Amino acid sequence: MNHWIIVPIILPAILAPFIVLAARHHIGIQRAFSVAGVLALIAISTGLAWQAADGTITLYQTGDWAAPFGIVLVGDRLSTMMVLLTSVLALFVLLYAIGSKWDERGRHFHALFQFQLMGILGAFLTGDLFNLFVFFEVLLIASYGLMIHSGGDQRLRAGVQYVLYNLLGSTLFLFALGSIYAETGTLNMADLAVRVAEVGPEATVGIRVAAVLLLMVFAIKAALAPLHFWLPSSYSEAPGPVAALFAIMTKVGAYAIIRVYTMIFHPELEVTMGLHDAWLLPAALVSLVIGMVGVLAAKHLDRLVAFSVIGSMGMVMVAISLMSEAGIAAALYYIIHSTLAAAALFLIVDLVKTGRAGLTLVAAPPVSGAALTAGLFFVAAIAMAGLPPLSGFVGKLLILEASFSTDMAVWVWAIILSSSLIAVVGFARAGSVVFWKGQSVEYEEDAVLPDAPSTLAYAAVGGLVAMLIAHTIFAGHMHDYMQVMAEQLFAPVDYISTVVETPGKMSTTKEGH
Amino acid sequence: MELLVATAIGILTAGGIYLVLRLRTFPVILGVSLLTYAVNVFLFASGRLTIGASPILIDGVETYTDPLPQALVLTAIVISFGMTAVVVMIALGAYLGSNDDYVDDPDDAALAAEDAK
Repeated sequence: MNHWIIVPIILPAILAPFIVLAARHHIGIQRAFSVAGVLALIAISTGLAWQAADGTITLYQTGDWAAPFGIVLVGDRLSTMMVLLTSVLALFVLLYAIGSKWDERGRHFHALFQFQLMGILGAFLTGDLFNLFVFFEVLLIASYGLMIHSGGDQRLRAGVQYVLYNLLGSTLFLFALGSIYAETGTLNMADLAVRVAEVGPEATVGIRVAAVLLLMVFAIKAALAPLHFWLPSSYSEAPGPVAALFAIMTKVGAYAIIRVYTMIFHPELEVTMGLHDAWLLPAALVSLVIGMVGVLAAKHLDRLVAFSVIGSMGMVMVAISLMSEAGIAAALYYIIHSTLAAAALFLIVDLVKTGRAGLTLVAAPPVSGAALTAGLFFVAAIAMAGLPPLSGFVGKLLILEASFSTDMAVWVWAIILSSSLIAVVGFARAGSVVFWKGQSVEYEEDAVLPDAPSTLAYAAVGGLVAMLIAHTIFAGHMHDYMQVMAEQLFAPVDYISTVVETPGKMSTTKEGH
Repeated sequence: MELLVATAIGILTAGGIYLVLRLRTFPVILGVSLLTYAVNVFLFASGRLTIGASPILIDGVETYTDPLPQALVLTAIVISFGMTAVVVMIALGAYLGSNDDYVDDPDDAALAAEDAK
């Protein structure tokens, strides 16, 4: 058995306590180990993605116990791609945190950052629903610490909301898991896929409740309307680099929905028929509208970006709720785009914040380093609003194309196109008020401007924007890969047989299972 | 026994939801705790209720109780315990800092005051 697949979980899990215990008072050592760890993660996850690219499914049985008795980690195209995306995002966020000195403004930033990575990567790799819950909790408890990093009254207050909302989400998750276990007697995803298919038509009440509860839990994580209320204040009050890292957390919810609702409660399953088109699609369209209207209505730059995250999650969920290969492929393409764009925007908001008195959208004297920041904001806003030529436009086009042949095409097209227009107006207004009108405001010439952000901070944001541009240039290759990924998701036979039939410790050929 | 356990879970959940919908931190935290108690009992019951049965294989024994929910509930208890401790600390910090313990969003005036600092 190849042990590489568990390294993305083990490595941050060892680094974090090491940073707390051995390097507590030495920020330099913390930074060195944190960056080295993330670089190693990128190398390993590139290897894993490479290994999975030809359709191989890597199974890792912890403790060599066969599924469904032991916990398994599974690496297929989707999970390895998400792991790679997380590690790449983590590198840029970390560089920004170092460049902007956010990591010095409170204690244990790097340790919490590593724990956060451990939770996110574990959630992507696990093949067991209860283990998914545990990794959710790991990533949440680390995010609580990161969210209130460096303190402040408003931040603590937003932190309370964030923690309480997520605690309720976790409770709901446990209720869902309890009902699934009571109905099927297993929590391993592959084994569940087999057993749910065997549930007779007369005994579907429990499993239907469980399927809906589980969808709600993942919708909370993905900030889908009407469960999105936790997102705006917590993302806008969180420190810039932390909010940028949180850009991947909403995608954990999207990932879990894709995984569970293509494999276990797949669209042809009679038990959960109608869940995705009658419930998920309208909710997704509503959150798309709420997000984009929020972009236009926001009075603060940080809230504007937070609402654009809700909008882009709505877009992702519209594509997912089509539950077709084309839809999932478009969703996956958009997930990568929206992660990078949202992270870049949150970092840019932080750049603006360092040189400006507050983030309220009123004309104020020019920010230090305004030209470069404004340029980056311009590019990232174009990407987020989905204007050509960047990847947001390509992703939106793919989603429109995927929805063209469905019954809901009129609604999807109308709402996506009109909400994009609203978003464009919102971003244009914000950009012109913050960067342009500031030029005409009278201010004292001898006023001491704050220092311009450091080169490293700019390099980190520039790196994210460069990734976005690469994602646009190689859109053809990316989309081809997303297409085969979606094919693999809709034909989970390989996945299921690999997980269920691989023997482990003490399993005697057939009876062991 | 099933009726008793189900009623207990129902009452705990109802009480928990009522308290969670309050505006102040303290009742909300109590509500979350009640909900986690409810879910712990629920998880425990998901392996079916049996009395006096053995969880491990023994020769000559026919009925067993399912050991897995017990392991699950142990994990859930530890996690919810830790999370409640975290939220109490953060809520205390927020309360001492801003001198009120409402959980709703601060209004724009408060945000502007924060910006001005």
